[in-house]
Amino acid sequence: MSIQTELIGLPPRSPSRFASLRLGDFPLIPALILGGIAFVAIFANVLAPHNPEIGSLTARFRPPVWQTGGSTQYLLGTDQLGRDVLSRLIFGARVSVVVGFTAVIFAGVIGTVLGILSGYLGGWVDQAIMRVTDTWLALPAVTFAIFLAAIVGPSMWNIVIILGLTYWTRYARVVRGEVLSLKEREFVRLAIVAGCSKWTIMRRHIMPNIINSAIVLGTLMLGVVIIAEATLSFLGIGVPPPQPAWGLMLSDGKQGLMVGRWWLTIFPGCCIMLMVLSANLLGDWLRVKLDPQLRQL
Amino acid sequence: MKRYIARRVSYCLLSLFLLSVTIFFFVRVTGDPATLLVEPGASEADIAAIHQQFGLDRPLWVQYGIFMVSLAHGDLGQSFYYRMPVMELYLSRLPNSLLLASVAMALSLLIGIPSGILASVRVGRFWDSAGKLFALLGLSLPSFWVGLVLILVFSVYLGWLPSSGSGSALHLIMPAFALGWYFAAAHMRLTRSSMLEVLGSEYVKLARLKGLPQSLVIAKHAFKNALIPVLTLAGINLVIMVNVAVVVEFVFAWPGIGRLLYEGVTFRDFPVVQGVVLMGGAMIVIVNLLVDILYAVIDPRIRLES
Repeated sequence: MSIQTELIGLPPRSPSRFASLRLGDFPLIPALILGGIAFVAIFANVLAPHNPEIGSLTARFRPPVWQTGGSTQYLLGTDQLGRDVLSRLIFGARVSVVVGFTAVIFAGVIGTVLGILSGYLGGWVDQAIMRVTDTWLALPAVTFAIFLAAIVGPSMWNIVIILGLTYWTRYARVVRGEVLSLKEREFVRLAIVAGCSKWTIMRRHIMPNIINSAIVLGTLMLGVVIIAEATLSFLGIGVPPPQPAWGLMLSDGKQGLMVGRWWLTIFPGCCIMLMVLSANLLGDWLRVKLDPQLRQL
Repeated sequence: MKRYIARRVSYCLLSLFLLSVTIFFFVRVTGDPATLLVEPGASEADIAAIHQQFGLDRPLWVQYGIFMVSLAHGDLGQSFYYRMPVMELYLSRLPNSLLLASVAMALSLLIGIPSGILASVRVGRFWDSAGKLFALLGLSLPSFWVGLVLILVFSVYLGWLPSSGSGSALHLIMPAFALGWYFAAAHMRLTRSSMLEVLGSEYVKLARLKGLPQSLVIAKHAFKNALIPVLTLAGINLVIMVNVAVVVEFVFAWPGIGRLLYEGVTFRDFPVVQGVVLMGGAMIVIVNLLVDILYAVIDPRIRLES
C-alpha cells in the first residue's frame, strides 16, 4: 500500500485482500513457532513418548535429563504422579490450540454478527446491543469467565463457550464502528438503490469489508484467550484433570515449587509464553499490514 | 452539561441493572442452586427444604425483586460457607486488595512512565526497542506464571522474600510486581505514544526554537501534557487491578477480594461469587462515569456532542 493511503487512513484498494502483504518484514519465527505448536497438537499421539495421563508411581518427580537423577526415558522429567512432562506438554498443546482457536472463532462470530446488526440497522437494535456490550465491558473479562466457569463446571467445551461469551465485545465494538462508516459509502447506497434487501447488503457488501479487521482482532485475541484458558485451568475451574493442559500442569507444579522442582513450573509456562508471544507478534504485523485503520488502537 | 451528566448516569444505571439481571439469571438458568448446596444423594425433601429456606420456590421475578430490594439496602446475601453477610466479608478483604493494587500501580507507573519517556525520546534506538520488548513480554506473560517464577527465584533459590501470606512490606513486593508488569507495559505504551504526539506539537517546537535545553523541553513542556491521558488510564486501571488480582492473590495466598472470589468458586458459595462480581462491575462502571464527567468538565466539545 502506498504511503498516501496510509496517511489518509483509507483502506487499501488493492485487487486482492492479500496483495498488499509484503513479505519483507514477515515475522517468520513467530509464524514458525505457531505452526510448530499446531503441528505438535495435531500429531500429539505420534510424537508423545509416553501416555500423558498415566504415569508410573515409581518414577515420581524425576528431574530433566541433564540434571543428576534424570534419565533419557523422561527427557523433561516427571510430575507428582510419575507422568512424563514432555508428553503432557505435547498433549497440552492440543488443548491450547483447540480451545484458543475455537473460542476466538466463536467470540468472533458472535461479536461480528452483533456488530454488523448494530451498526447497519441502527435504532433500537443498535441501542440494545451497545448497552449489553457496555454491561459486558463493565466486568473484567477474567472475573466474568470465572463467574461463568463456577456455574457451569469444568470441561473443555464449556471453557470454549465461556471464553466465547466473554470476549465477543471487542469484535462488536470495532466491527460496529467500521460498519457505521461503510454504510455511508457509495457502493452501499447504490446497493440500496438497486433494491437489495438489508440482509443481502449486510452479507454481500458489508461483511467482506470488515472481515479483515475481524481476522486481525482474532489473531490478537488468540493470546488473550490462551492466557484466560490457562488461568481458569490453573484455578481449577478450566480443563478438568487428568487431561493435560498447560495451566493445569502449572497448578500441579505449584506444590513442588517450594522444594525446587522447577521443571514442573518453568516448562509449561514457557510453552504458554511462546504461543502467546508468537500470536501477539503475528497479530501486530497483520494489524499494520491488513488494516491501517486499526493502527491507532 | 446537566443533560450530558443525566444521560451518562442513566446509561450507567442501565448497565448496572443489566449486570444484576445477567448475574442473577445465569446462576439460575444453568442449574438449580439447591443441588449444589446439599450433599450428593440428598432426598427430594431436603432439596425442597433448601428451596424454601432460600426462597427458590417462588417465581423468578419475585426472587429477583427480593434480590434487588436487599441489594438496595447494601445486603448481598449470606455466605453459605462463612455463614456471615457477604458485604461484611467483602469489606473486610477490600483494604488488602486496595493495598496490593496501590503498590502494584505505583510500581507500574515508576517503571512505565520513565521507560515510555525514554522510548519516545529515543525512537527507533536501543532504549525504544528494549522498552518494546519489555512491554511485549508484559502483555504476553500470564501474571500468575510471573508470580510462580518470582517465588522460585527469590524465595526458593535466593531466600530473600517470603513466598506467600501478608503482614510486612516484603510480602508485597512479588505480588505487586506480578500484578503490575502487565499494567507497566500498558502505561509505557501510552506514555510513549502520548509523548510522541506532544513532542510533535507546535508549542514544543516553539520551546525548542527558543533554544531551551532538551531536558527542560521534555520535563517541563512535553511531559506535563503527556501525563494527562496516562494518569486517567492509571485511575481506571487501579479499579481494574483490584478486580483482576484473583490469580495473583491465589498464587501468593494474599487475603484480598480476589481470593474471596476464588474461595467462593471452590466452595460453590454463590452469594459470595455473585457479590464480588457485582461489586467489581459497579466499581468499574462508577469510575468510568467519573472519568466521562471529568472529561466533559474539562473539554466542552464532549458535552456539546449530540
